[in-house]
Amino acid sequence: MIIARVVVLYALMAIFALTFLFPFIWMLSTSLKVPEQVWAIPPVWIPDPPVLQNYTDAIRSVPTIRYLRNTLIITLFPTAATLLASSCVAFAFSRLEWRGRNLWFSLLLSTMMLPGQVTMIPVFVGFHRLGWVNTFRPLLVPSLFGSAFYIFLLRQFFLSIPREMDEAATMDGAIPPVIWWKITLPLAGPALAAVAIFSFIGHWNDFMGPLIYLQRSVMWPLSLGLLGFRQQYLTKWEQIMAYSLMVMLPCLLVFFFSQRYFIQGITLSGLKG
Amino acid sequence: MAAPWIVGFFTLTLGPMLASVYFSLTDYSVLQPPRFVGLDNFRVMFFEDPRYFTVLYNTMYYTVLHVPLSMILALTVAILLNQGLPGENVLRTIYYMPSVVSGVAVSMLWLWLFDPNLGLVNVVLGWVGIQGPVWLMDPNWSKPALVLMSMWGIGGQMVIFLAGLQGVPQEMYEAAMVDGASWWHKIRFVTVPLITPTIFFNLIMGVIGSFQVFTSAYVMTNGGPVNSTLFYVLYLYESAFRYFEMGYACALAWVLFFIIMAFTLVQFYTSGKWVYYEMPASRARAA
Repeated sequence: MIIARVVVLYALMAIFALTFLFPFIWMLSTSLKVPEQVWAIPPVWIPDPPVLQNYTDAIRSVPTIRYLRNTLIITLFPTAATLLASSCVAFAFSRLEWRGRNLWFSLLLSTMMLPGQVTMIPVFVGFHRLGWVNTFRPLLVPSLFGSAFYIFLLRQFFLSIPREMDEAATMDGAIPPVIWWKITLPLAGPALAAVAIFSFIGHWNDFMGPLIYLQRSVMWPLSLGLLGFRQQYLTKWEQIMAYSLMVMLPCLLVFFFSQRYFIQGITLSGLKG
Repeated sequence: MAAPWIVGFFTLTLGPMLASVYFSLTDYSVLQPPRFVGLDNFRVMFFEDPRYFTVLYNTMYYTVLHVPLSMILALTVAILLNQGLPGENVLRTIYYMPSVVSGVAVSMLWLWLFDPNLGLVNVVLGWVGIQGPVWLMDPNWSKPALVLMSMWGIGGQMVIFLAGLQGVPQEMYEAAMVDGASWWHKIRFVTVPLITPTIFFNLIMGVIGSFQVFTSAYVMTNGGPVNSTLFYVLYLYESAFRYFEMGYACALAWVLFFIIMAFTLVQFYTSGKWVYYEMPASRARAA
């Protein structure tokens, strides 16, 4: 009876899981087909022969290296800046006593509830006036101020670090920035990892930011490049799928190699919400 | 050391908020200085812009379908993954994987999946003898198509449910078992009541998220066919950056803010009736 139930449960879960995997498999399959097989009825699941040419063709038909470089700039710099700034601010909110701290913290929490669209247009106008449209600056500079959500997440983690560590260091004459850098950060590895991963994937997948600020195609990241590629080669699904897969790949790799932190970060943020 | 964020708060949040209030009362194309028009943008929005009600309808339609369906699916998967069976880690990874990828590449993938003739969706429907619709090309099916696509991304909600489920004390199930409860009764009377705070969290975030759906509609349908996927944020984006009506777009943004806030407050006020928080016995008795 119990065995029967376990078998049924497993079967159910396996079918469900396959349904979730199918889109990826179908994408991979299409990306390896010759054009005739893409349009074959009934559909071919295993490409015969599998060809890698779609990948090389897709990469060559648009300035992929440039898109990749642009993507890396607007992903890696904001991730590093977010990490530094958010942890610095989170340190102030969790380990330092200062006037108005609670007030500022409640302000921080309330900014998380404001939809981005409310500030989007004035911020655009501001950057436009500074002459920053069509530069990477609007996508880089805001990360230097830290992000409310990550500040909150890191603060929760910092609160769990014993206070005695700071006190001992203060006795030895260390000032707060030194304590932050030498004591708090090394102890906060898992939380920092979670923030780094979230931030990387968030910036990699960001679409509206580049869409608004980067109007010249030499500045496009991969996402906008993919969109342009599609408009140019409307029906070359084998190449579009190859390109899409390549754009997804870094996020999938980051996910696979850091699942532990990923789940930790989500549960930490989810539960405290 | 909180200075970076405080500076950011003034320059990127508070300042722009005040500017946004002002712009919403103006006619502003960026190229010319804003011209004060009072509440005209709001009057146009509610009384003269027929597209606005299409946009509201589309957004509500998407929300009403997406939020309950994604919650039920995410919770079902989470409960199944919480049975302590071996291999759950692998399954959890598979369910979570789609949430990691998003944006344009995923929209491309689903464009292909929704192809009326060769797309996987209609191929699978064909296996069971159903002639699938043309999905994104049919105004009646375009919104359901985007909802269906959104089900693929329930991983985030599922993981939060899993965390909630892990907080349910095992003794509760044992007690229910002694009383002879069936699996459905255990879910209905133990699991669900005890994870209501998690359900509440996912509900709030789900509603906020679905009001802001943008990328899939921009990339896959561009609002069409016949405006059937013109969602709120897409319309706001178009007003601002295609028609350069920055004032009108700010007005749209503020109304969106109040709609989201109203929904969130309603959920908070009704939550007292159904969200169960564990509290000390003394306070529970007093209540």
